[in-house]
Amino acid sequence: MKETVMMMIGAALVNNVILARFLGLCSFMGVTTRIDTAAGMGLATTFVITVSSMADWAVQRYLLEAYGLGFLRTVTFILVIASAVQFTEMVIRKVSPSLFQMLGIYLPLITTNCAVLGVALLLAENHMSFIAATLFAFASAAGYSLVMVIFAGLRERLALASVPRLFAGPPIAFIVAGLLAMAFMGFSGISTV
Amino acid sequence: MTSDYKTIVRDGLWDNNGVLSMLLGMCPTMAMTTSATNGLGMGLATAAVMAASSFLVALFRRLISQEVRIPVFVLIVASMVTLVDLAMNAWMHALYKVLGLFIPLIVSNCLPLARLEAFAAKSKALPALVDGLFMGLGFTLALTLIGAVREILGSGTLFANASLLLGPPFKAMELRILPANMGVLMMILPPGGFLVTGLLVVVKRLFDLRAGKEIRMSGAHCAA
Repeated sequence: MKETVMMMIGAALVNNVILARFLGLCSFMGVTTRIDTAAGMGLATTFVITVSSMADWAVQRYLLEAYGLGFLRTVTFILVIASAVQFTEMVIRKVSPSLFQMLGIYLPLITTNCAVLGVALLLAENHMSFIAATLFAFASAAGYSLVMVIFAGLRERLALASVPRLFAGPPIAFIVAGLLAMAFMGFSGISTV
Repeated sequence: MTSDYKTIVRDGLWDNNGVLSMLLGMCPTMAMTTSATNGLGMGLATAAVMAASSFLVALFRRLISQEVRIPVFVLIVASMVTLVDLAMNAWMHALYKVLGLFIPLIVSNCLPLARLEAFAAKSKALPALVDGLFMGLGFTLALTLIGAVREILGSGTLFANASLLLGPPFKAMELRILPANMGVLMMILPPGGFLVTGLLVVVKRLFDLRAGKEIRMSGAHCAA
């Protein structure tokens, strides 16, 4: 139990998907101009990461490893993820049309969010059990959402600050992200998982 | 016609640089630039994938229907990535082990997909090949640059281990710029990636200003 909790904390905070592993930076820069969009994107991506990691785990165990098809991993995983994204899109359209409106173009783009593929590939390389894999995927995704919301909050304040013209927009955002990454490095004392 | 190709080359390498102007493909840009050698290796792998997939998409552009084009593009890129992945595992194993996870992740790099959508899907095969190749080389240039800055500041070397990864003739590239104990460790840790990339985007803007061009205030997000 304790190990599982440490594993989840490690996945969410210490080895944060965005700030330590550098996955999903496009959405990190793209949809964090407002907190509510960032939170919605975080929720949708959490859902996709968890569902597709579970599906990819099954594909890896019962299809790729069973038949020695390891070289097809990239192609099959991206197909599974694309289907999971399509499924999420349908669910969100039914459950919350307003969120669907807000996320707009970014929903289909979760397919090319490397956080999703990255977490699935990490799991495939670490040979975890199904429960551990699901929890790891969920914790990673939760860490992703957390950083998205924090960064959106920072950028909302940043929009009001007077930034030198050369630094306006992406460059200052990168520098703020660097400071945030420095803050998150403080978590590395918690565990070594 | 030759001037067209000149524009494509200039756009890809510098004017419209994938990383420094369009801010696409950020994940490998940050993760794989702890040293100039890693950046170079990652960039070249991406360039190979981009050239091959742009060529294929342009070749088959009349057969790919508008509605399913994105899945088809992704599959073409995924196949090319698998080829590069297997080839590097076979012939450049040391480099392959360093780049690890990020070779398969070229699939979800926005830059190849953005170029397929914006250029290759509407052009003849040969210009598409040139565009893919030089956009990829521009990506390589940016990654090597970021890697070089981080490596010099972080560990004081430049192109360390280049001979291990690219072969013995490249031994001469390995340099030591600063004494070993002068490195700022933070530069090769994650925060350094963000800081150096941000500052290099500013440098690119300075060059653009000097050339009398408008600076781009926002990146082209992965709106493939």
